[in-house]
Amino acid sequence: MEAIMTLQELTRFFGGLSAVNKLNLKVQSGEILSLIGPNGAGKTTVFNLITGTLIPTQGKVFFQDQDITRLRPYETTALGVARTFQTTSLFYDDTVLDNLMVSYRCRTRMGFWDALIQTHRCREDERRCRQKAEAILELIGLQERASKLANNIPHESQKRLAVGMALVTEPKLLLLDEPMGGLSEEENSSMMTLIQKVRKQGITILLIEHKMKVVMNISDRVVVLNYGQKIAEGPPMEVSSNQAVIEAYLGEGYAEA
Amino acid sequence: MNPTVRKWLFLAVLVVAVIIPQLITNKYYMNILIMSGIWAIVTLALNLILGYTGQAQLAHGAFFGIGAYAAALTMLKLNLNFWLALPFGAAVAGFFGLIIGLPALRTKGSYFAIGTMCFNIIVTLIIDRWEGLTNGSRGLMGIPGFAPIPLPWVGEITFKTQAAQFYLVLFFLLLTIFILRRTIQSLVGRSFRAIRGNEELAEALGIPSTKTKLLSLIISCALAGMGGVLYASYIGFLSPDQTDFRLGFNFLIYILIGGIGTMIGPIIGTLLIVTLPDALQVAADYRMFIYGIILVFMIIYMPRGIMGALQDLSNRKRS
Repeated sequence: MEAIMTLQELTRFFGGLSAVNKLNLKVQSGEILSLIGPNGAGKTTVFNLITGTLIPTQGKVFFQDQDITRLRPYETTALGVARTFQTTSLFYDDTVLDNLMVSYRCRTRMGFWDALIQTHRCREDERRCRQKAEAILELIGLQERASKLANNIPHESQKRLAVGMALVTEPKLLLLDEPMGGLSEEENSSMMTLIQKVRKQGITILLIEHKMKVVMNISDRVVVLNYGQKIAEGPPMEVSSNQAVIEAYLGEGYAEA
Repeated sequence: MNPTVRKWLFLAVLVVAVIIPQLITNKYYMNILIMSGIWAIVTLALNLILGYTGQAQLAHGAFFGIGAYAAALTMLKLNLNFWLALPFGAAVAGFFGLIIGLPALRTKGSYFAIGTMCFNIIVTLIIDRWEGLTNGSRGLMGIPGFAPIPLPWVGEITFKTQAAQFYLVLFFLLLTIFILRRTIQSLVGRSFRAIRGNEELAEALGIPSTKTKLLSLIISCALAGMGGVLYASYIGFLSPDQTDFRLGFNFLIYILIGGIGTMIGPIIGTLLIVTLPDALQVAADYRMFIYGIILVFMIIYMPRGIMGALQDLSNRKRS
């Protein structure tokens, strides 16, 4: 297997505090890799460093052998790295379908003049947006809620929509920041099915998640962060029996349970 | 409102607008209507960057004035025809939108608002002090009016009567609505609204926020400049007062009262606020005072303006 993304000595300081410290990581093409660790371990910071929301103090990010360390978020998205946010971010005043359609904007070229004189390109781009949005709508199972405002759909549907919007951008690597946050047991498994469906399409997934049951179930590999440093890496079973991981994150009770 | 009802309503309003000059013969009232047409163009333009893109731009007086001065100066000093000066004025205003947008759009929220307002004050100062070019506070007089449009064989269309001037302004108002509608309903407009909704999310979805905001600002400024050119040729006189930042606040008030981020709201707001005080013969001294009271009540009870309140009402009926 080849690495789709490589983090090299990735470091980020906030004042004198290191949020991420000399993190080396290879994400293999096609895998589901989970990033776990206690609150404040720097998981979301890693996402922000990858996407260009934050610029690292030191170190580099390579995506498909290209240095993307200093690219802006919209540029990394254009290259094929999409993300969702920990606090479900949507365009709440727009309908579900509109949320998905605007997410395809980055794959279209039409501009102001195209809109003004309604060129072929304008109509064609509009059509492609709708087509893509409808395809993803089906994948995330929200067809019946297509014309509802994003604000007025249940929390679980909002979480699915957020994943759907990231998928509309046609990513090769998908970063999911706690996609199961606040979901019930039942909803967890349907979200897991969705994530597995996405992986079957050949999309690599980097996942931040606190629910260990989900992580153990879905991940090919797990990476554990603590105080911005990698303390363990490997298959789920191996990591969960690692003494350092148990001390830092899982707690003594975990191994017994 | 469903699209067919909306279409018929638009046609009905259009018919009324076309008939109006035949009904109102009072020059004073016609003048108010023409002026509110011009203000409506500029207010609609402001609504693109403010209402649809969510950037509190407070320099619209400057862009209105820059368009007006650019056209007036080329007409006066270079004898440029009105029909060439009009796109020129709009282009110059749009260009200034680009120049000021590049640094100003690096800031957000209230910083952007204050930054643009300062730019406006600088523009007014420069126009006031650069006497060699702008004639300073004495202003530019004798700006040529709307030039006739020559037609082959039949002669020409002139704009000497108030009715003709009214139709000309009405045409540009409709053109502005057309341009904005096409923009807003397209993917370009969708990306504007995405920035308004959540800039961080928009960027994460691959929408370049600075470039997108810049485009919205340029279109908005160019249309404001076009309104400025119409004003200059209609009134025939310009002074630094016509670039004042308080103008921008007037447009802001029209938008807030009519309904921010709606297509019809800014027009309704402009018509109401421009025509009502005159119709009620309220002394100009009290105008700002009354605006203030109305605004406070609007913001408390109808934060999305008249159109927003109507939308809420129809939504409530449906659900």
